[in-house]
Amino acid sequence: MVQNSLILSAFLFAIGTAGVVFRRNAIILFMCVELMLNAVNLAFVAFSRTVGIDGQVFVFFVMAVAAAEAAVGLAIVISIFRHTETVDMKNFNLLRW
Amino acid sequence: MQPEAFEPTLLGLIALLPLIGFVINAITAYAAPERKIIPTIVGPAVVGVAFVIAVINFLGLRSAELHGPIIQTYWTWMAAGSFQIAAAFQLDQLSMLMTLIITGVGFLIHIFSIGYMIADKGYARYFSYLNLFVFFMLVLVLGANFPVLFVGWEGVGLCSYLLIGFWFQDREKADAGKKAFIVNRIGDFGLLVAMFMIFSNLGTLDFAEVFAAAPSAFAYGGAVVTAITLFMFLGATGKSAQIPLYIWLPDAMAGPTPVSALIHAATMVTAGVYLVARSSVLFALSPVTMTVVAVIGAATALFAATIALVQTDIKKVLAYSTVSQLGYMFIGVGVGAYAAGVFHLMTHAFFKALLFMGSGAVIHAMHEAFHHTHKHWDAQDMRNMGGLKKYMPITWVTMWIATLAIAGVWPFAGFFSKDEIIWQAAARAVGPFTGWFTLVWVVSLVAALLTAYYMTRMMILTFHGENRTGEKERQHLHEVSPVMWLPLVVLAVLSIIGGWINVPHALAGTWMAIIPHSEWLHEWLHPITAMADEILATQVGPLAEQAPLFGGGEAVWGTVSCVLALAIILATSNVLSKKSVKVASESPEPTGFRRVLYNKWYIDEIYDAIIVRPVLFLSRVFWRVIDQGIIDGAVNATGYLSRGFGWVGSRLQTGHLNTYAFAVVLGVLLILGFVVIR
Repeated sequence: MVQNSLILSAFLFAIGTAGVVFRRNAIILFMCVELMLNAVNLAFVAFSRTVGIDGQVFVFFVMAVAAAEAAVGLAIVISIFRHTETVDMKNFNLLRW
Repeated sequence: MQPEAFEPTLLGLIALLPLIGFVINAITAYAAPERKIIPTIVGPAVVGVAFVIAVINFLGLRSAELHGPIIQTYWTWMAAGSFQIAAAFQLDQLSMLMTLIITGVGFLIHIFSIGYMIADKGYARYFSYLNLFVFFMLVLVLGANFPVLFVGWEGVGLCSYLLIGFWFQDREKADAGKKAFIVNRIGDFGLLVAMFMIFSNLGTLDFAEVFAAAPSAFAYGGAVVTAITLFMFLGATGKSAQIPLYIWLPDAMAGPTPVSALIHAATMVTAGVYLVARSSVLFALSPVTMTVVAVIGAATALFAATIALVQTDIKKVLAYSTVSQLGYMFIGVGVGAYAAGVFHLMTHAFFKALLFMGSGAVIHAMHEAFHHTHKHWDAQDMRNMGGLKKYMPITWVTMWIATLAIAGVWPFAGFFSKDEIIWQAAARAVGPFTGWFTLVWVVSLVAALLTAYYMTRMMILTFHGENRTGEKERQHLHEVSPVMWLPLVVLAVLSIIGGWINVPHALAGTWMAIIPHSEWLHEWLHPITAMADEILATQVGPLAEQAPLFGGGEAVWGTVSCVLALAIILATSNVLSKKSVKVASESPEPTGFRRVLYNKWYIDEIYDAIIVRPVLFLSRVFWRVIDQGIIDGAVNATGYLSRGFGWVGSRLQTGHLNTYAFAVVLGVLLILGFVVIR
């Protein structure tokens, strides 16, 4: 049971990672980051079965942080969109050499 | 009755006073250079008071029974393990005599300087340098160990540099100052090495301890003591302008003339002679060094005299004459006649300071005359002078006295000191020294005759014959002010009687016995030279009674040299005063051998070719290839390399979020993979 959950967790995490690496749309990047976070949450919950309640406590922390991050991140995305009419990340590369 | 122990009076103040004078004059030079009254009073006064204190000490020292030097320690200067150096002064017969000469002659020259320099913009600066020089010179002779002596040694070098380049706006004069400084560096290196060797062998640098320990620590004629004394002599050749390092002194005439009198005739250049006399024990232990010193001295005496024969610049004649006379002093200390060397040092201080100041008076008068009519002639060229005796009678008489003194005519001071040296060279030509010292004796006799010639020539060209300054200029020629001629008169008196303090006993019973023989100076310096005399007496044997060639004793040869000198003076003045001289601008270039002498045997050119140019070439190689190429190249390459790597690294910063995310993932995978596989 734990094993199946962990496999699903790893699968979801891999999808999220691939999305962050390969996609350019800012919204999709966000969704992928959320996917990764929730994959981790799933792993925490699965482990809590054998290790103890601590894993479930962590999940709450992660959810709280994810909510805060989503709020800030979406605000940034909206303000970028207002400036440039696009959310394609290839246009935003000011922080380089 | 037991003579009471002698306590020196205010010994430190003798040196401190000129330093105070330096500070006051230096502040004046900065704050109010136009207030000429301050240096006029302070400059000579501090030296004068120092002289008074020196005389008080001298009188005390004479009546006291002195066992060894009096050492006054002020503070510990350096302390590093067994290396203990105190800032200490030493008063003994030799340093007392030197102090008297420095402050006494120095005071007269300070007085003369008032008249000579009063119109100069740098009047206060001049006196501050002059006071500073006197301070360092006193530190040099009063120091109780080698490092303190070395402080004075370097200090007088600095002041010499500052005063030669006093008119530094003139490129040539500034260069002359640099030349003096750089040539002296070579000699200073020798003195430093000698000091290091003394310390590593004896573990001390205090005069008293070094000279007490030397005879037992060093074998007679051993390699170590020979090396020490040779290095020390290298230092002396630099400071005292001997072959091969004499070349700076003639150029040093670029400084104001009283400076030439004080530094480059009477005091600083005799520091080398003082050093050898002070270290007489060490020099007596090495027959090789003694021979080297005497031979170098003789070679310099003759060589410089030949150059002086044809010079036309009045100061150049005197400069080469000084080099030549310094050569005599080194003959004296080289043949082991330390008292005679110091004796000549003293009389030379009198008559050469007089000659330089007299030439200064002449130059001053000539310069003023040319200045009045805006004539751009060289005020120092003797060919432009002539017949000055009518206009400057006091200068004329006093300079003739000095000329007779330097030429060695009885009973003037130079006769006794020079004759003593020449005779001592002959008397010491025994045992291992026979060959070399016989040569030294003959050379010194010849050089003495040349001296008589070139000095008479200078006097005739300057003061006798037709006046060649020009019709209008003649009316502006006049005797210098009393502030300038009074020191001349005092020194003229000293140039006559200065030699009477050391009349050899050998002259008793001859026609020269009118002056009572005393050998006072010899006895006065006996405590200083006793140990060296003893070493020479046991190792070399007693002095010869007869000259090595032709026989004859001291009285005979004294008479011969005096009569010859007198004959040359008379003949020269007869021949030259009949000859008409053309002024400098109309004179033809000298030809033949005269030209070689006029150009100083081309020594400066030879040095330039074999030393200066190769050094410059090497410097350029070091600069362009080693420094700019290799060292700077390495430094710059490090910079370029960092920039290159930075550029490569910066390519990773794409600014694309995906790239960074990919890098992070890749990193995590690598670490995970590493953990799993391991």
